[in-house]
Amino acid sequence: MSRDQGARPLFLDAGEAALVVEFGRSVDPAISDRVLALDAALAAAPPEGLRELVPTYRSLMIHYDPLRLDRARLVALVEERLAEPATPGRTAALWMLPCCYEAPHGEDLAELAGLMGLAASEAAAIHAAASYRVYMYGFSPGFTYLGGLPEAIAISRRTRPRPPHESKAVLVGGGLSAIASFSMPTGWYVVGRTPERLYAPERANAFLFEPGDSLRFEPIDATTFAMLDARAEAGEIVARRQAP
Amino acid sequence: MTAALRLLSAGPGVTVQDGGRHGFLRYGVTGAGPMDPFAHAIANRALGNRADAAAIEVSLGGLELTVEGAPVTIAVAGGDFQIVLDGQALPPAVVARLEPGARLKLRAGPAGVWCYLAVAGGLALPQVLGSGATHARTGMGGLEGRMLQAGDRLPVGMATTGDTPAGVIVAPPLERPAGTIRVLLGPQDDYFAADQITAFLAGPWTVSARGDRMACFLEGERLSHKLGFNIPSDGVAMGAIQVPGEGQPIVLMADRQSTGGYPKIATVIGADLGRLAQARPGTQLAFRAVSHAQAVQARAEEHAFLTSPIAIEPLTRSLFSSEFLLGLNLVDGWVDARRRS
Repeated sequence: MSRDQGARPLFLDAGEAALVVEFGRSVDPAISDRVLALDAALAAAPPEGLRELVPTYRSLMIHYDPLRLDRARLVALVEERLAEPATPGRTAALWMLPCCYEAPHGEDLAELAGLMGLAASEAAAIHAAASYRVYMYGFSPGFTYLGGLPEAIAISRRTRPRPPHESKAVLVGGGLSAIASFSMPTGWYVVGRTPERLYAPERANAFLFEPGDSLRFEPIDATTFAMLDARAEAGEIVARRQAP
Repeated sequence: MTAALRLLSAGPGVTVQDGGRHGFLRYGVTGAGPMDPFAHAIANRALGNRADAAAIEVSLGGLELTVEGAPVTIAVAGGDFQIVLDGQALPPAVVARLEPGARLKLRAGPAGVWCYLAVAGGLALPQVLGSGATHARTGMGGLEGRMLQAGDRLPVGMATTGDTPAGVIVAPPLERPAGTIRVLLGPQDDYFAADQITAFLAGPWTVSARGDRMACFLEGERLSHKLGFNIPSDGVAMGAIQVPGEGQPIVLMADRQSTGGYPKIATVIGADLGRLAQARPGTQLAFRAVSHAQAVQARAEEHAFLTSPIAIEPLTRSLFSSEFLLGLNLVDGWVDARRRS
């Protein structure tokens, strides 16, 4: 339609105190790179009146105080930053995240596998073999949206939500994978559970991952899950950060 | 001596709210904060508190409390609630001194959904991610991350009765009819044909009883989408009006999710958010599209009011005698229709 993915992004108002800079309308690493580059450039030297930056799949939402930062000046500033060579932002990390696909943690794995014509162990192996990109957070604290789910298990979401899952569930649905910190009813399929706390308000870095990071799931058995879960509960970070 | 508020009763949906949690939207953390930010700020400013200090947000379910330890000065502002202090009716926007053992009752009045009880010195509660705002869905902030209930004790920050004399808060009418709510179109108004935008603005829309701190649901003629109703999730501002598949608009409020996947036809301007929040279920409203400059102008007017001294007029006791009180219908059995979904 009218919104293609040309060099110049669209500037859309979300009320008078938020500006959406939209680079495209699909889930695409190249679009995500542009969103994150602008996010880094603005965070490196925020103008007076800038409040919060929210990177998503295809846009950056800029919350600002319009009484201190004029909209036209903000748009001009964004265009300036986009014209400059990309700010070397932080280096994306590669995370190895333990995930237990076994019962009772991978509650919906057999159901998903059945629908995709696979054995449960095959579906788990496919999920664990892929490399994922952290695109964005949303929905609830620490709810991590991932890209990179293999086609073989890219199922759509349920038409009707299932009852609440456990916290720290690893999910598949809508062609994506995700990790939920909180227990909630969901239209996604619960394929596993990680012992890691993606949201721990008492920890110095309350959120482990940054958008743009890469992620691989490391299969663990239920006994290892219980051990790592206890260590994570005690405050230890059980995911491993690797040099990219 | 440490002063504290002790709750004797609290209806559903009563929470502690400060100016909101900022800086963590990028991690999926909603700002929370007051449903009517203007009224919340007036209650605080009337006491000389910071405009964003922690205060109690009272729902239609009402609240009753007493004071322990030392006298406190409180201010109430917001919807048109009935306020009774030790049997004496007070006007709906008021500053009052409460001695230990005093009993203060707030009950839903003829209009409005939310009112704010601020205390001089503020409430002394632990902060989560830099804020005391309650987000009950994720158990964050306020008192143990939950709605308040009978028996709760809320310590007052600095034991001060404040310098503010008791009296009526002189403010623009806080009880404002919903009528027409001003919006900026977008960010996804191009998902709707021109006639659908016209229908959206004209309404009339009826505020549904389904609402809560997360969203205000509207009922009316079904809207249709030109480009479908699924978009890749993007950021959501307070006041965003999303239109899901069934075509009934949902205005996302203080406890909204940080991102969403339905097209947002328009966003309520900051100056009208409180007016929308105060609209009771069954209220009819329409929308009017304004320019960005007009929205900023309305915001500047609110800001100017809040940053200038707030006038307090002496209470005229005779106006609020026990005869007056007896003449009021102090309904005790309000059922909160704004349940959690």
